Amino acid sequence: MEDPHRMDATLALETDGLTKVYGGGHTEVVAMRDASMRVRRGEIVALLGPSGAGKSTFLLCVGLINPPTSGSVTIGGRPVLDGPRALADLRRFRRENIGFVFQKSNLIPFLNAVENVQIVGELIGHPPPIARRRAIELLDALGVGARASNRPTQLSGGEQQRVTVARALANQPSLILADEPTAALDSVRGRQVMELFRDVAHQHGTGVIVVTHDQRALDVFDTIYQMEDGVLARAPAQAKSESR
Amino acid sequence: MNLAVRDIRHSIGRFVLTTIGVGMLLMVVMGMGGIYRGLVDDALVVTRGVGADLWVVQQNTRGPFAEVSRLPRNVVDRVAAVPGVTDAREFVFHTIQREHRGKPLRMGVLGLGWPTDKGEGLPLVAGRVLAQNHYEMIADESLGLVLGERLRLGKETYAVVGLTRAMISSGGDGIACFTSRDAQAIQFDVPGESVRLERQARRARAGEIDFGRTQPSVLERASGSSRAIAALPGPAVSAVIARLMPGADPDAVQRTFEGWSDVTVYSAAQQEDLLLKGSVDRARRQILLFRVLLTIISAVIMALIIYTLTLDKLHPIALLKLIGAPNHVIVGLIMQQSLIMGALAYGVGYLMGQRLFPLFPRRVLVTGDDLLRLGAIVLVISVLASLLGIWKAMRVDPNEAIG
Repeated sequence: MEDPHRMDATLALETDGLTKVYGGGHTEVVAMRDASMRVRRGEIVALLGPSGAGKSTFLLCVGLINPPTSGSVTIGGRPVLDGPRALADLRRFRRENIGFVFQKSNLIPFLNAVENVQIVGELIGHPPPIARRRAIELLDALGVGARASNRPTQLSGGEQQRVTVARALANQPSLILADEPTAALDSVRGRQVMELFRDVAHQHGTGVIVVTHDQRALDVFDTIYQMEDGVLARAPAQAKSESR
Repeated sequence: MNLAVRDIRHSIGRFVLTTIGVGMLLMVVMGMGGIYRGLVDDALVVTRGVGADLWVVQQNTRGPFAEVSRLPRNVVDRVAAVPGVTDAREFVFHTIQREHRGKPLRMGVLGLGWPTDKGEGLPLVAGRVLAQNHYEMIADESLGLVLGERLRLGKETYAVVGLTRAMISSGGDGIACFTSRDAQAIQFDVPGESVRLERQARRARAGEIDFGRTQPSVLERASGSSRAIAALPGPAVSAVIARLMPGADPDAVQRTFEGWSDVTVYSAAQQEDLLLKGSVDRARRQILLFRVLLTIISAVIMALIIYTLTLDKLHPIALLKLIGAPNHVIVGLIMQQSLIMGALAYGVGYLMGQRLFPLFPRRVLVTGDDLLRLGAIVLVISVLASLLGIWKAMRVDPNEAIG
């Protein structure tokens, strides 16, 4: 593991004026309006907000899955999206620079735990033995090394989420995007996962954005953003201190 | 990491059952091809087995395999006398059905030109060739007869002295070889009562004419054996087969026969062609069309199976796209699975066929060329079948992985 609390001034993510509009005319819906965010490497950011506030839309935009209508996205210092226009091969960029963790564990059912992690290494061009070694190291580091040969259905919810985190780390991404990763877990397990993200961010120097409803673990985050009616804003500093 | 193999291992039971199903379908396709080949091969066994260069048949007929052909026996001597002909033999072939051991026994009766031909050219697997002019037969093993077995045919009893393999007529019946005399005796056998009635009828006809009334010996002859009556012809042969001398010009010899007004002559190739375009043609085309249909059905079924398997994988495919897997990884997953299924199904079909085809009542002849051709077709089917699944997979949005 690398040095703790490694956070530098280099930006893992920079969005500027992201706006997402669905439909047109009478049916036009503005899901996100002028959202700007900066996440440093090693920083863990919480994104709060009620359902339908536009959090997932924001995550899909910066995850290069659903491009914005306007605004720009820069990841790891590299401009990737200028409005809907891609400035790079998005799928390849995702593969090499972004890790995803979702509410449901989202593991590939026909691969066991280590293969679910290994595949990411292979996709970015690592030879299978190296990708496998790295996958085993990650699973060990996340405390699920003993379950490496188990299929997803043989793992508990918490174990599945840890394997998902290991998979998200396998490509040594600049940015990890997590969408309500603790929603399916009890409070103890949920907090463990949040702390895991914090450790990952601090130890690997990865920018981590976590969309969450869970107010009990806000102390884990370095920065908190709030989203409401498609508008993104940095939460007041007390929001974090109150939660402690 | 091979995703296709891992997915197969994950749902191995379903994959195995599906592969066996497709394999059985391919076995049927193989079998239809084998039946087609067997039909053609069986049809040519006799024509090729007798080793004729030319077939002399009744004028304006297509020969003994297409229709009834009758030639007087003396044509043999006339053919033998033509320059360039080294050997001429009568050809007698017909199909009979008798009761044997309480079951119907159907066989093709082939006459050998004793003493020139004792069956040396037959594919003997047991016993020996004919050693005497009468009362011996060489039977194909498909008839179920054993060496030494005696079989009553007409008024005589014949002993099985040899067994052949794969001597099957175009109708699918095993062939038994006799001397041509015996073959004719079997063919023209009539019951004693019929003979007596025929003699009585001849005597009555002779008695109605002046010559019969004034010459008692005529009446006596008329009621005697037909063989002793010069005016009555001997038993006819189906055709006369000629072998040519080395270096003889077949066209020239054929032209000589064409000058005779009572016969028609065909080369061996023409006779085979007539056979294939005649009696077996419709069956051959029917099987061929059925085989084409089965191949198309196999392709459609495989496409649907691969498509369904892909539908079951849409979520993992969306997930693969989400984590940035390039299209060739997803295409490889689907196409490799299709190819693996095609290859295994082909193997299953082949192995099942090897065990089941010999049990079929007619010969199923699966040739190496046909297997290779079917292998190539299965390869193409596998690729085409996967296209539908690939099309669906390419349309999957990575959003679907997030739900």
